[in-house]
Amino acid sequence: MRASLAVILFSVSAAALAADAGEIKVVRGAAHIERGSERLPVKVGMPVQEADRVVTGIDGTVGITFADNSLLSIGPSSNFAIDHYVFDSTTHAGKFDSTLSKGTLAVVSGKMVKQSPDAMHVRTPSAVMGVRGTDFVVRVADH
Amino acid sequence: MAVVVVAVMVALAIFTATPVETVTVLPSADGHVGTVVVQRGEAQQVLHEAYATSRSGQTEVTRLSADEVQSTYGRALHALPALPATFLLYFVTGTDELTEESKLELNKVLTAMRARPLPDVLVIGHTDTVGDPAANDRLSAQRAETVKGFLAGIGIPVERIRTAGRGERELLVPTASNVDEPRNRRVEINVR
Repeated sequence: MRASLAVILFSVSAAALAADAGEIKVVRGAAHIERGSERLPVKVGMPVQEADRVVTGIDGTVGITFADNSLLSIGPSSNFAIDHYVFDSTTHAGKFDSTLSKGTLAVVSGKMVKQSPDAMHVRTPSAVMGVRGTDFVVRVADH
Repeated sequence: MAVVVVAVMVALAIFTATPVETVTVLPSADGHVGTVVVQRGEAQQVLHEAYATSRSGQTEVTRLSADEVQSTYGRALHALPALPATFLLYFVTGTDELTEESKLELNKVLTAMRARPLPDVLVIGHTDTVGDPAANDRLSAQRAETVKGFLAGIGIPVERIRTAGRGERELLVPTASNVDEPRNRRVEINVR
C-alpha cells in the first residue's frame, strides 16, 4: 500500500515536471534533444521540457517558441540546455534559466521578462546574463 | 632560459585556453533596445545600446557591426521562429457574441496560421476592473474558453489551442478600480 502511494506520488510529480516549456518551430540539418537517457531527433511541433539539452550538428539549427512567447534559436555545432522553466500564464510570473556551453544562440525575450525583470538568465562557461526585455545573441567559441 | 619560459607560458596559454564568449544586444523588430547585464565573476557589464558587446577577457564594452552580427550569427538568427501574430477580439456588451469587426479578425487568425509551418494558438482572456479580481480571473478564463470554441468551430484543432485568463492584470486602457471600459474586456489571440 505504501509502495503504491509512492508510485502515485512519483508519477504525479513526474507529470508536473514534464509540463511543456515550449515547442520546436524550426529545424534545419542535424539536431537532437537529450532527455534523460534518451536521444530524440528534433522535429517541428515537438515539445521541449525543462532539463532538455539541444545539440546541433555542423549544419544544424533549431528554433523554439516558449510558453511565454520567448523565442530562442540555436546555431550550428551548439550545445544548449534548458535548466529551469516555469511560467504562470495567469500572473506571468516565472523563471527561465538556460546554459549555452558551446556554439551560438539568439534570443528574443517574452512575456515573463516584462512581468519580472529578473526572471530570465542565460549562462555560459564564464558568465551569467540577466535579460531585461531585449533581443540578443551569445557565442561560446573554442578559440 | 627566458625563451624556454616564454615558450612554456605560450603553450600553457594555448592548452588551457578558455572559450571566447561574446554577448551582443540587438535592436528588436520594433526598434526597441533592452538591457542585458553580464556578470563574470566579480565584474559586471551592462549592455543597453544596439550592438553593444561584452567579450570575455575584455573589460571594455565594444560594439559589433551589423555585418559582423550577420556573419557570426546569421544562421542562428535565420532559425528564430516568427514573432507571434496578435489579434484582439471584443464581445457585444453582455453577450457571448463577437462584434462584427471581431468576426473578421477571426478570419485573419486563419490566414496567419496558414503562413506558419505548424502553428499553435494561445487564447488569452482579459477583463475590465469592474468586480473583484478573483472573479475577473474566472471571467477572463471563461471568455478565453468561449473563443477557443469559436476557433474550433472554424476548423482549428483543439489540441493546438491553449487558453489563459489574465483577469484585470493587463489593462489595454489603464483605469481605476471598478471602471466599466469596453476596450479592456477583450480576448487576445497569439498565433505562434
